[in-house]
Amino acid sequence: MNYFLGLFVSGLTRGSIYALLALGYTMVYGIIELINFAHGEIYMIGAFTALILASVLSIAGLDAISILVIASLVAMIYSAAYGFTMEKIAYKPVRNSQRLSALISAIGMSLFLQNYVRLAQTSNFLPFPTLIPRLGFLQQLTFQVTSAQFVIFVTTTVVMILLTLLIKFSRVGKSMRAASQDKTMAMLLGVNVNRVIALTFVIGSATAALGGVLISSFTGQINFYIGFMAGIKAFVAAVLGGIGSIPGAVLGSFVLGWTESFGAGYISSDYEDVFAFAILVLILIFKPSGLLGRPENKKV
Amino acid sequence: MLELSAVNAFYGRIQALKDVSIRVSAGEIITLIGANGAGKTTTLMSVSGIVRPASGAIMFEDRNLNEVEPDQIVAAGISHVPEGRRIFPYLTVQENLDLGAYLRRDRAAVRTDLDYVFELFPILSQRRHQPGGTLSGGEQQMLAISRALMARPRLLLLDEPSLGLAPLIVQQIFEILGQINRENGTTIFLVEQNAYMALRVAHRGYVMENGSIVLTDDSTVLLENEQVKSAYLGV
Ligand SMILES: Nc1ncnc2c1ncn2[C@@H]1O[C@H](COP(=O)(O)OP(=O)(O)OP(=O)(O)O)[C@@H](O)[C@H]1O
Ligand SMILES: [Mg+2]
Repeated sequence: MNYFLGLFVSGLTRGSIYALLALGYTMVYGIIELINFAHGEIYMIGAFTALILASVLSIAGLDAISILVIASLVAMIYSAAYGFTMEKIAYKPVRNSQRLSALISAIGMSLFLQNYVRLAQTSNFLPFPTLIPRLGFLQQLTFQVTSAQFVIFVTTTVVMILLTLLIKFSRVGKSMRAASQDKTMAMLLGVNVNRVIALTFVIGSATAALGGVLISSFTGQINFYIGFMAGIKAFVAAVLGGIGSIPGAVLGSFVLGWTESFGAGYISSDYEDVFAFAILVLILIFKPSGLLGRPENKKV
Repeated sequence: MLELSAVNAFYGRIQALKDVSIRVSAGEIITLIGANGAGKTTTLMSVSGIVRPASGAIMFEDRNLNEVEPDQIVAAGISHVPEGRRIFPYLTVQENLDLGAYLRRDRAAVRTDLDYVFELFPILSQRRHQPGGTLSGGEQQMLAISRALMARPRLLLLDEPSLGLAPLIVQQIFEILGQINRENGTTIFLVEQNAYMALRVAHRGYVMENGSIVLTDDSTVLLENEQVKSAYLGV
């Protein structure tokens, strides 16, 4: 039973991180129908930013919680600026060309950012400090939940709730949904669609960076390549849930997280990465629109 | 109020508008009629800044709109009910209406306008919390008009509001357009293929063929014009 619960918790942790990343994929796809292949790199840049900040702040002698909060916030802002700039220089100019142009631009952006960090930082793994403090009350549970797992899950839940409220009830949220359904009509009502698209990148990048910081303080190491696999997994999660759908991305992330951890725990950990791709193939065959996605012809 | 002078517009190499000149005075209802592919939708889209003229000028109250962004054109007081209504299918009726008032900050007046459109189209208030995509064609047209009115426009552009609707609904919608014009002084630029209905509600009309304006006069005169009669009125 405790073994099962342990796997359940580790699936939840993975799922949370995938969800923070998958949100960006699904929101960007929802609005401009682009798979942003460079999204994983934003997550990686978030982790590097936090690492640099954490080093500086710990020299300055701040306590762990302050370091965690400040490093996360700055990483989110910094990565959001990257996402914003990326959209402006790599995607906006090709927005009205064929889809393939944007896709190639996205792959180019991904390779560029990986290699840029490799050159500017290092290609080796760097140790990442455990920024998440020990939470005493978790020791009383019969199964193991680490502080990092707990914080990751709670943070993700809070972010998801805030984002859902923003999209459902705020003025800007309505304009995002409108633009994803019919951009020209949104413009005819006075929505500045360019700004809405930029905002989508900003929000997606900030949540991805948060995911990068949290997972790195759980795994304890980072390099320039961590965004690649995480990005692909989160992309699978977004497709599984139904790309374009926010609740779908969250659901798909947890399903993928649990599949991986139970698969690794009960079948074999050698195949850990295979599960994601098996799921991707199955979903593309049997339900291409995903668990909660709308049928393909959503445009009226 | 609105003046297009010698506007030319292209889609790639296809010329959709050829030296189009149209003038709309404040308080007027004018109609632009013409066959399929004449360039009517393109004319309205160029006023809204979605299609950009290659040459010529689009002036709205002494302001040249040629390079003004579409959202700023809405802010200037022009609302557009596009061809095919383009209701946001997954947003509720209420949310569609909220988006109509997207640029407005005067919340109290927005509430008054909401009551006003519900008075014009009571069915919408019953459908308030239902997704826009589930409305009937007639209800969607009512919603599209109401959504445009929520911006409190001074100039209302309408692209074939009668399209695909039963005669009785068309009648009702045209009556309401006349009412909006009289009650609020809203200027209306109406594009139609239903020339008879359009000329009856409008003060003046323009006839478009292959991207050019070929005829313009008072509606009463156009209704009697032999050319218009045979080509557009089916008599
Ligand atoms: N997006 C586009 N790309 C290329 N050509 C277009 C486009 N939109 C319109 N056209 C062409 O421009 C011309 C004018 O089209 P427009 O839609 O303005 O006509 P319309 O008078 O509104 O016709 P209808 O009554 O059928 O709505 C047509 O020949 C049409 O094929
Ligand atoms: Mg048309």
